[in-house]
Amino acid sequence: MLLYIAPVFLPLIGAAIAGLFGRLIGARASQVVSCLAMGIAAILAVIVFDRVAIGGEVQQVYLFQWISSGGFEVDWAFRYDALTAVMVFVVSIVSFLIHVYSIGYMAHDPHIPRFFAYLSLFTFFMLALITADNLLQLYFGWEGVGLLSYLLIGFWYKRPAANSADIKAYVVNRVGDFGFGLGILAIFLTVGSISYDAVFSAAPDLAGRSFEFLGGQFDILNVVCILLFVGAMGKSAQFLLHTWLPDAMEGPTPVSALIHAATMVTAGVFMVARMSPLFEYAPVALAVVTVIGAITAIFAALIAITQTDIKRVIAYSTMSQLGYMFFACGVSAYSAAIFHLATHAFFKALLFMGAGAVIHAMSDEQDMRRMGGLWKLIPVTYGLMWVGSLALAGIPFFSGFFSKDIILESAFAAHTGLGQFAFWAGIAAAALTALYSWRLIILTFHGKSRADEQVLAHVHEAPPVMTIPNVLLAIGAIGAGYLLLPLVAADGAFWGDAIFVLPGHEALEAAHHVDFWVKALPTIVAVLGIGAAYLAYMAWPALPGAIAARLRPLYLLSLNKGYVDELYDFVFVRPAMYLGRGLWKQGDGAVIDGVGPDGLAAAALVLARRAVRLQSGYLYHYAFAMLIGLAAIVTWYLLART
Amino acid sequence: MTDWPILSTVTFLPLVGAAFIFMIRGDEQTIARNARHVGLWTSVVTFALSLLVVARFDTSTADFQFVENVAWIPEYSIGYHLGVDGISVFFLVLTTFLVPICLFSSWTSVTTRVREYVIAFLIMETLMVGVFCALDFIMFYIFFEGMLLPMFLIIGVWGGRGRVYAAFKFFLYTLVGSVLFLLAILFMYLEVGTTDIPTLLEYTFAPELQTWLWLALFASFAVKVPMWPFHTWLPDAHVEAPTAGSVILAGILLKMGGYGFLRFSLPMLPDASVFFMPFIFSLSVIAIIYTSLVALMQEDMKKLIAYSSVAHMGIVTIGIFTFTAQGIEGGIIQMLSHGIVSAALFLCVGVVYDRIHSREIASYGGLVRRMPVYAVVFMVFTLAAVGLPGTSGFVGEFLVMVGIFQVNTWVAVLALTGIILGAAYMLWLYRRVIFGELTKENLKSITDLNWREIAVFAPLIGLALFMGIYPTPFLEVLHVSVAQLMDQPAFAKLGEGGVSVASVIPDLPFTSALK
Repeated sequence: MLLYIAPVFLPLIGAAIAGLFGRLIGARASQVVSCLAMGIAAILAVIVFDRVAIGGEVQQVYLFQWISSGGFEVDWAFRYDALTAVMVFVVSIVSFLIHVYSIGYMAHDPHIPRFFAYLSLFTFFMLALITADNLLQLYFGWEGVGLLSYLLIGFWYKRPAANSADIKAYVVNRVGDFGFGLGILAIFLTVGSISYDAVFSAAPDLAGRSFEFLGGQFDILNVVCILLFVGAMGKSAQFLLHTWLPDAMEGPTPVSALIHAATMVTAGVFMVARMSPLFEYAPVALAVVTVIGAITAIFAALIAITQTDIKRVIAYSTMSQLGYMFFACGVSAYSAAIFHLATHAFFKALLFMGAGAVIHAMSDEQDMRRMGGLWKLIPVTYGLMWVGSLALAGIPFFSGFFSKDIILESAFAAHTGLGQFAFWAGIAAAALTALYSWRLIILTFHGKSRADEQVLAHVHEAPPVMTIPNVLLAIGAIGAGYLLLPLVAADGAFWGDAIFVLPGHEALEAAHHVDFWVKALPTIVAVLGIGAAYLAYMAWPALPGAIAARLRPLYLLSLNKGYVDELYDFVFVRPAMYLGRGLWKQGDGAVIDGVGPDGLAAAALVLARRAVRLQSGYLYHYAFAMLIGLAAIVTWYLLART
Repeated sequence: MTDWPILSTVTFLPLVGAAFIFMIRGDEQTIARNARHVGLWTSVVTFALSLLVVARFDTSTADFQFVENVAWIPEYSIGYHLGVDGISVFFLVLTTFLVPICLFSSWTSVTTRVREYVIAFLIMETLMVGVFCALDFIMFYIFFEGMLLPMFLIIGVWGGRGRVYAAFKFFLYTLVGSVLFLLAILFMYLEVGTTDIPTLLEYTFAPELQTWLWLALFASFAVKVPMWPFHTWLPDAHVEAPTAGSVILAGILLKMGGYGFLRFSLPMLPDASVFFMPFIFSLSVIAIIYTSLVALMQEDMKKLIAYSSVAHMGIVTIGIFTFTAQGIEGGIIQMLSHGIVSAALFLCVGVVYDRIHSREIASYGGLVRRMPVYAVVFMVFTLAAVGLPGTSGFVGEFLVMVGIFQVNTWVAVLALTGIILGAAYMLWLYRRVIFGELTKENLKSITDLNWREIAVFAPLIGLALFMGIYPTPFLEVLHVSVAQLMDQPAFAKLGEGGVSVASVIPDLPFTSALK
């Protein structure tokens, strides 16, 4: 039992020591403690992977009761099955490598203990999310990683941009959580429990039944799954709720690698796969997942080709790859999505940390327009970036090739209209992926340097503590495809009961039998994309400018990220502020106080003043008043008599 | 079960302490020092005694426990009747827990009229504890209204610049509600012939009568909660009150309204409560969205937290009026949590106010540079306020949502928008105060928390996390009493899907696609 608890809690212990006693024990000891805790957790994760995923030993560990109220029962409990084991394996290994890399990257930062405490605490929440045995504990991890993402993006708290980005990330994620929370509530309402076992076994009975929601009768599982997916859209930066991810690049680069590439953003994909027993009975929800995923894949790729910040290019690339994972889920190829999630974790972390090495070498320069010609100066980083890009583009024998191909083939083999849409969107995005990846490589490493002398003089290869983790990730970026290939075996035997696919939804199985051209097309377009990048950025450097000038509106649309931020600002942010001020000054101030206490007080004063004026002290005033009073009484008496 | 009158002891011990302080003689400094010590120790002992109440509390019965019942004015069958049940016991402990924290936190910040200050707090404690123990309407009313006086003085004497306006506004608002409350009590007395609360709980009022009585009670409780649109006294009172006054105001006084609904409106007037459910839901939803938006634009830290309190209490009233176990228990947990968290947030403001003497958000920024411990403490309570899972704020909020979702999905959706806005205004506040570059001259020498301040915050942090991770001990105490509260024919009808505001809202065209 300890074997299954330790991997989750070791990072928490590391975080507590580094965070609470960091100033006491010093930066070096904080690094050692948190890396050590994470390292042990990673080793245990490998053992867990062997026992659970390969040995087929499914585990549930009960800790203690969390909330119990009138039939609403939730426990703190872990669940280890094949899906959990794969995720724990990927998350703890990548996290460990990033911990080690951070020793080098953050060496000159004054807040090292705080940084390592955050990293470890993040890993704890991520592992709690993965290993949860009920939806509320999933939500606990879900919100926890959101919080740590907030803290890590804003790590450099002196930068105003970082402070804006972290609030944006948290609030946009909360918009997603709004849907996610409603989904959990709807599940409890219809199932009467939110533990996985109860929910999954109830799913077949719920299929096709409807309940009252927002005044209408709706299909239960479609509503539930769409609401849950809104949560996934927030966390995994899908189209409409994606705006926080590019801004999140304000955080230190290891953070971008850990949170915004390898682990947290994939939580949405994991959740959809975890909830496959529900999604399988929710055709409308699956359609929504497919469409949003496909749109995100192509939308993000289109933006990535014009960005000039090296990290933002990779951020949009992440968003695009997450789109692939979602449309794979949408066509019921959940295992393909998790496969891509795993390979992507390695090569995307590699790309981010490679970019980090470049930024490190360039004295914190992130703009590719001020780079160029670096390949001779930092050859190891250059080579690693090639490996990462080859894997990302899906070039044969690199890990991305296996996982991306199986996703595209599954989309094609689903033989549905939406599947075809996703397939062609994915093919187009694959070409763009290769194009922007090599644009990045060429702009950064080739041609004449555009940096100033002073920066160039300082360019140096990263220390071994940074390059060794990168080399290990590069090995993963190549090898993960072979190692994890059983994940997408046609019979799905690897997964046991962890992933559920309804009979008739076997897109993954059919993917193994598609025509050769379908299998070859992704590779062909990727090679064409690389070729295009070579032509546009090396052979004829004037070409991109000419195209941009010719297609100026489209270029601006891409450069300004589709103007989504501006739109949201106009539609949500400004009206909220305007309303807030109006309700405060007019609503509270003028109306409620004006009519209520202040109004009454003013009225009382006015009456009192009038009363004061009556008491003038002149006898004839009083006599006159008495006379009028007498007349009034007599009049009334006479009138009343008649 | 009771050998000695433990509830009377807990209730009146602070008063004894106050009497001692009154008798202290000597020069001003001696009086101040002794008053502080006597006040603190009295309240600590009171707290310890109240823990004994919890320790000996029997969770298996919904009856009132530790009952003391003596005839007081037998001609009018008015009794001295005390007792607690699962609903009131934690409010009692929350009160005795917060008072020593208040006194300790104002150890150095209050220097004028220290003796009177401590006496005011101790009298306040007696009255607040009395409210939660009283089982006779006349006693309840005396305690309930008596609280106004020391609070009025605390704001009016030790408050900020606009203290007189704020004190009167506070007083007038609550007094208007009280008059109607008194009328309702008199009416009940004339109808039933007793003011004994357990007897009244057994009595069934005629439905038409219930409506009028309910409205009269509502007038008093809605002001205390406070519910929109009776909330405007709260921001002013908080802003002008001294830190410890805000803590009591947010921590205990705001709970009186919710407690009143639970103790009187629901069990005595169940039909009227069901009838007014949509009304309460509407006011609460407006409160959540309206005050969250207003909080977003505040420039004064205390005002921001005050407005967020109104939004949080909106969630409480929704929970209470769902008439579901989760909703009511969630509402109570949310009240306890808010009592801890908002009290702590006001203390956080107090920490920097003591140093810089400004509540303006704009006069801060970059505090994390000089005050890392403070930054962590503030962060914990900010997160508890936005309801992060693992903190006390989440448990109450989520249980209320579980309750309301079963009753009305529209209300649930609208109330949940509060979680988005809540995150926005709290994090924005945090960012403007704590993060950013430290540029202001007077902040460059600001000092971090001292040991006394850490000692004030440590139990609050511990409790906020404990309630979030392991709320079972709290919920267990509630179960039986809440189950009895819900054992009303009027509420049982609801479970069969009788009343629902959702049915009022028409089918929207775009929703048909999902069917």
